[in-house]
Amino acid sequence: MADISFGLIALQVLTGLALGCIFVLVATGLTLIFGMLNVVNFAHGAFCAAGAYIGVFAFGYTGNFWISLVVVPVVMAVLGMFTERYLLRPLYGRDMSYPLLLTFGLGYVVIELIRILFGTDGIPFSAPAALKGSMFLGDFSFPRYRLFVMGFTAVMLVGLWLFIEKTPFGLIVRAGARDAEIVKVLGIDTSKVWLLIFALGTAIAGIAGFLAAPMRGVIPEMGVTVLIEAFVITVIGGMGSLPGAIIAGLLMGVVVSITSYFAADFSSIVMFAIMAVILIVRPQGLLGRPEAAR
Amino acid sequence: MTEAVQIANSHSGSATLAVAHSIEKHRVAAVVMVLAILPVVLPYPALAINILIFGLFATGFNLLFGYTGLLSLGHAALFGAGAYGCGIAIAKLGLDLFSAVLCGVALALLVSAVIGALAIRTRGVYFGMVTLALAQCLYFIFYQWVSVTGGESGLRGVSVKRIDLGPLHVDLLNPMQKYYFFLLFVAVALAGFSRILRSPFGAVIEGIRENENRARASGYSLDVMKWMSFVLSGAFCGLAGALNAIHLGIVSIETLFYTTSGTVVMMTLLGGMGTFFGPFVGAALFLALEDVASNWTTHWQLVAGLIFIACVRFFPKGVWGSVLARTVG
Amino acid sequence: MTETILAAPRFSRRTALQVGAGGIALGMSAWRSAAQAQISSIKVGFPVPLTGPYGSEAADQVRCAQLAIEDFNRTGGLKGRLAELLVRDDKLNPAEAVTRTLELIEKDRADFIVGSLSGAVQLAVNEACKARGVTYNALSLSDRINEATDFSPTTYHEGMAPYFSVGALGRYVFANMGKKVAYLIADYEFGYEMRRAFQVVGDQMGAQAVLDVKHPLGMQDFSSLFPKILNAKPDILCLLNFGRDQLNALKQAGEFGLKDRMKIVVGALSSTQRIAGGTDAYSDVIGASNYYWAAEDMYPSSKAFNAAYAAKYGGGAPSDYGSYGYGGVRSMLELARKAGSVEASSLTAAVGPGFKFDLYKGPETIRACDHQSVQAVFILRSKAEAQMKSPKDTFEIVTVAESDESKLRTCAELGHKT
Repeated sequence: MADISFGLIALQVLTGLALGCIFVLVATGLTLIFGMLNVVNFAHGAFCAAGAYIGVFAFGYTGNFWISLVVVPVVMAVLGMFTERYLLRPLYGRDMSYPLLLTFGLGYVVIELIRILFGTDGIPFSAPAALKGSMFLGDFSFPRYRLFVMGFTAVMLVGLWLFIEKTPFGLIVRAGARDAEIVKVLGIDTSKVWLLIFALGTAIAGIAGFLAAPMRGVIPEMGVTVLIEAFVITVIGGMGSLPGAIIAGLLMGVVVSITSYFAADFSSIVMFAIMAVILIVRPQGLLGRPEAAR
Repeated sequence: MTEAVQIANSHSGSATLAVAHSIEKHRVAAVVMVLAILPVVLPYPALAINILIFGLFATGFNLLFGYTGLLSLGHAALFGAGAYGCGIAIAKLGLDLFSAVLCGVALALLVSAVIGALAIRTRGVYFGMVTLALAQCLYFIFYQWVSVTGGESGLRGVSVKRIDLGPLHVDLLNPMQKYYFFLLFVAVALAGFSRILRSPFGAVIEGIRENENRARASGYSLDVMKWMSFVLSGAFCGLAGALNAIHLGIVSIETLFYTTSGTVVMMTLLGGMGTFFGPFVGAALFLALEDVASNWTTHWQLVAGLIFIACVRFFPKGVWGSVLARTVG
Repeated sequence: MTETILAAPRFSRRTALQVGAGGIALGMSAWRSAAQAQISSIKVGFPVPLTGPYGSEAADQVRCAQLAIEDFNRTGGLKGRLAELLVRDDKLNPAEAVTRTLELIEKDRADFIVGSLSGAVQLAVNEACKARGVTYNALSLSDRINEATDFSPTTYHEGMAPYFSVGALGRYVFANMGKKVAYLIADYEFGYEMRRAFQVVGDQMGAQAVLDVKHPLGMQDFSSLFPKILNAKPDILCLLNFGRDQLNALKQAGEFGLKDRMKIVVGALSSTQRIAGGTDAYSDVIGASNYYWAAEDMYPSSKAFNAAYAAKYGGGAPSDYGSYGYGGVRSMLELARKAGSVEASSLTAAVGPGFKFDLYKGPETIRACDHQSVQAVFILRSKAEAQMKSPKDTFEIVTVAESDESKLRTCAELGHKT
């Protein structure tokens, strides 16, 4: 083996954290929706892909990355509201399987619509000029765009935290997650809350997809791989727990990165294996609520 | 609700009631009769055989999902275990067809026993997630174990050209003969399935689906019951997998992938969970739809997805379940 | 009567191309005209992955296959019997491919089957055809299908075998680009076949493998693999993967500065991926391909093929994977013409010591022992944007390894008894 320098280790960990940030973004929307609405959104990956395509389309139209970055959550929020109001709300009284199954079908539909509208080959998309290029770490270079993604993720999570912890709306959301009945009794229209939460989760999914686009390529199938990643992270962190998703995302990013160094062909299964172990030993995940799982 | 209860609650005329009642009593024979005319009705026999196989797969899944109320997202593992068990027995060990099918079912029972034991500690969506994760782990193991399974290239050489049962010869390259030969297996399996549902065990698992706390209060060990349901489900899904291996002559690694798990969920829901004939209806609809739609457009998944959404939203009982509810309920 | 097809290139959207080519071809092929029903036509079953990540490659294969049928029919067919293409969608899934193959054999009574864009799929289709004694011409890159365990007298292979395609690539690369190599290998049979081929050539030419990194199929983010590769300081990085994996790996390799520090080579090029990936990701990348339209400067048959394609489809040029559709179908039909029949055993007999033909890419020979089509390999360099004279001017032919049987594995090595 070639000599392992500090730069090499640093680079490996840094790539892991960058990877982890995408995991976190992707899992955040999913865990938010599950935590507040108790809905397992199998269309989540498709929403990420949709966000990527909408962003790329907006970019093609405007030529501006930042405008596109604003357009994506707006459009995705509308899509999310539509989904919650007309597809999911009628199913709430029934068993939890039904929203799961409906979103499962919805995922198929959204991905196929993407194929119809944008073709199956994928669209080449690179980081905007302002974020192109690399930073130098000793012998190695690290793309500036990935650093931007890490920074943006941090900012977004802080914003989300502030929203949930410090605003009145956030208070309602937290209360509703604990006990929806009481919140209703207090005279608050929970259906509006759920609508907005679903919209928020979908918007975040869209942003995640669009931010990942310059890194991973924009193809219709990205929706499926991202969904699996999102579930693994969410389960490991604890479904419904935002801090759990953050910790799990970053942790798994680093784990995958380290695994890639030693035995890269195992890097895909290591996530599932850890997910299986967690589910067997501690099904509520790292930071989830214990009573939900058993 | 089972068909029997629906009949008891029905308001239809006594003639319909009598017919429905007797179909219910002899439901295995009724289903087998319908399946027997399938290859004549469909455009090509390979489609009919796929419906037979996936109908059986969905039936096994239905035992766990429709009758016990547990949504597993990893049933591909049971189907795939049956397929690989049978395929390896024929291709690598040179066993005859019947022994190979037994091997397939045995491997599926083993896999379902293990996955079931690990999964039943969890509830709801977590159960689905554990089964998904464990099934993916099995997929990975089989993918890497190239010398035994062929890995990503698939297992080839699962070739059985004819069966000699005393004076009878079955030419398995003849699609019609293959179909009716498989139908024998399916008929036997369905008879077993019907017995299970009618047994006290069958009543218990339906009780679990309806109200777990009450079932527990009645004194049953729920974990053991759920586990048994999982294992029995594995037997049927494994048999379907074994037949699939013989039918195709190969076992592909995709058999173990989560998309196969998703397919069986869709089929069962489409047909009608918790009904006896529903899974076959679902399999037939799904496969025929896929077949027809893919001849018109490469975007058949859109059609499938939309129909599935419509089903969940408007026909949660599935096609067959809705038919039953209309005519009998 | 031959199938007509929409002048698809008039529509700018790729999807229209696919839906048009795939949907109409499917619709048309399922429709039997009365005139055709009188003399039974030669039915060529064509299961290809119209759905899935290789839809564009498959669509071009359908277009080229249609052209092959027309060229054959125009030149008299087989004693007046005309050929007909039956296109089916195998969804890049072995089980689905087998179902389609069974449908083609049992219901449509196909005389032979041509197709596949995936090693696993073609092995599965081969198994089904083998059991039923139906001729099958496999179009995908694979070493495995030539081996005695999978081969049968009804198996033919117009697709290249990585042993000689990557062999030709290796011979160029190690002579001209350096000797220290790192390999990024996709964790599946095709990846390993390419790796083995590079090893054989590398040993012959004194190349040194400094690093082997395997990655799971479908990996989207290769960033975690780069530190190790950078640390090994190779002259050349060989990407032994295909399709999206290759595209993502190339793109990210550029972002992480790998392209500045080493030369990049890909085991198998696809022009569709090159177009999807863009000039930046692919610029200066060297790879092996079975066909590039600029071959017309070398081979008259290629010129005729390109011209016919442009005439029928309103411009453009056949792609690498697309041209397999032409060669695969046409070579079988010509073999049938030589044999005077479409019976599998007659075809095998007609191969004799080797069936020579020159239909679209210069001289080829179907070898007797494994029915492998011995053919030219094109080593291509992807042009940077500034060097492209037109949108289709994507590659530069660096060198051509002409059709040479000695570069294949011997019949004995493959397990065939001679």
